[in-house]
Amino acid sequence: MAKIPNEELIKAISDKFDTLVTVVGEPYELLTVETGRETIIDLLTFLKTDPALKFIFLTDITGIHYPEQERPIGVIYHLHSLTTNTRIRIKVFLADADVHIPTATVLWDGANWMERETYDLFGVLFDGHPDLRRILNVDDMTAFPMRKEFPLEDPNRVDKKDFYFGR
Amino acid sequence: MQNHPVYTDNDPQNELSTLNLGPTHPATHGVFQNVLQLDGERIVSGVSTIGYIHRAFEKIAEHRPFYQITPLTDRLNYCSSPINNMGWHMTVEKLLNIQIPKRVDYLRVIVMELARISDHIICNGVLGVDTGAFTGFLYMMEHREAIYEIYEEVCGSRLTTNIGRIGGFERNFNSRAFDKLRAFLKNFPKTLKEFESLFNRNRIFVDRTRDVAAVSAETALSYSWTGPLLRAAGVDYDVRAMNPYSSYEDFEFEVPVGDNGDVYNRFLVRNEEMWQSLRIIEQALAKLDKEPSDIFHADVPEFYLPPKEEVYNNMEALIYHFKIVMGEIPTPKTEVYHSVEGANGELGFYLVNDGGRSPYRLHFRRPSFINYQMYAPMSRGMLLSDAIINMSSLNVIAGELDA
Repeated sequence: MAKIPNEELIKAISDKFDTLVTVVGEPYELLTVETGRETIIDLLTFLKTDPALKFIFLTDITGIHYPEQERPIGVIYHLHSLTTNTRIRIKVFLADADVHIPTATVLWDGANWMERETYDLFGVLFDGHPDLRRILNVDDMTAFPMRKEFPLEDPNRVDKKDFYFGR
Repeated sequence: MQNHPVYTDNDPQNELSTLNLGPTHPATHGVFQNVLQLDGERIVSGVSTIGYIHRAFEKIAEHRPFYQITPLTDRLNYCSSPINNMGWHMTVEKLLNIQIPKRVDYLRVIVMELARISDHIICNGVLGVDTGAFTGFLYMMEHREAIYEIYEEVCGSRLTTNIGRIGGFERNFNSRAFDKLRAFLKNFPKTLKEFESLFNRNRIFVDRTRDVAAVSAETALSYSWTGPLLRAAGVDYDVRAMNPYSSYEDFEFEVPVGDNGDVYNRFLVRNEEMWQSLRIIEQALAKLDKEPSDIFHADVPEFYLPPKEEVYNNMEALIYHFKIVMGEIPTPKTEVYHSVEGANGELGFYLVNDGGRSPYRLHFRRPSFINYQMYAPMSRGMLLSDAIINMSSLNVIAGELDA
């Protein structure tokens, strides 16, 4: 089957979810939508089970951190419809003090480790996850290292600051 | 997955023993640990631990210009590093809308298919070793060496190749590279045929692998499996065929698919993929003859890091060299997802760019990380010796587990 055009995909989603899902762009033809954590499982279920869309394959779950935003922690899902060869990207942004989001393991077993990794690196709490532990870092670590407040190098070092190099 | 009685701590019959499989067990092929509960020789439950070599590549990448991220990528799957390198370069090219000349695409296809062969040589060779047959591994290794020598001619290094540039290659392929490639194409099929005749109908091998760790297509999809593992389970998904990149649409090849999803199927699928890779390389060589022989990169001086001799002798090249190395090249504020068919499955790069000197966020979708998470659940009810063979057939590369 041919690729689902983005307009058709947008229509299918907006018919079902109205304003709960917003389209944020189509960078390099990959439709990107944003939703809230209240809607995310409904949206994922709809995309996975709808007979015309069939986004049955969970490619990836990861996080992103925009410290200057009102809701700084983002969770990003990439889904793939193997029958129509269409991909979609879904984003959910969470407030810093309240980083809870329902788990996608109810839909895909493979979400388990992807969510553990996102928890480990960004501190996102996936409610209902069967085994939410750190996966790459040691268990007693307190920081979430991929957040922007943890710089790669020792913050006390001054000899590598950009302004010493005229930029 | 087989059912097995679950014991509790208070059960008087509870006589389980705990076995640490890894982190340095020879059969684990890397630094990862599985704590297994055994009832005799049968595995009752298991817990996988990864994270012994976490190198924070995604964090490091946020502080490096695009070119300096290349050496991070070839340390992901170090058995087929050129695929990782070129996957990364193609992601950047997609971000910057760079058009690649056909000849470069074909050269890339050759190098990537060689990498796939060298990865499958190790995986299937070691699968033989784990069932007790060393000979196949021994004779196949000679040809991995031949592939490494081709890399050496192309880029000067062997394992962590750092091969390629944004837009193409650092230098043109010399005649020795093509000579070695032709010699490889001549010699390898004979060994591969012998390898297949050694294993495919070998009674011991078939008994050890048939119906072992069989996974249904449904389960494989639910666990987001990709690559030979998913195809062995009967799902015809190959990134090269479905979302062709680097001119894969110009080549004729088949996507081998298994029917049972067991270890034997995975072995056959990988063997067949090596034949298909050879077929692709033959076609690419034929197509190369029709392309001008002096083109080895796209004409994008603001993004393509110039060869050293030009940097030393040409002012423009020197300026571009500095601008690129310092990360001063203008890039769009956008995000891009690009994936290639790595030797283990879909290797994806999710790049969020804010126009700065380095990516705002870079995420690697590592196939081994996603494939390996099923290891402990699927081992339940399995014999320990079968679990070892199952691990070989998953072809988990430690560098890809931990990015």
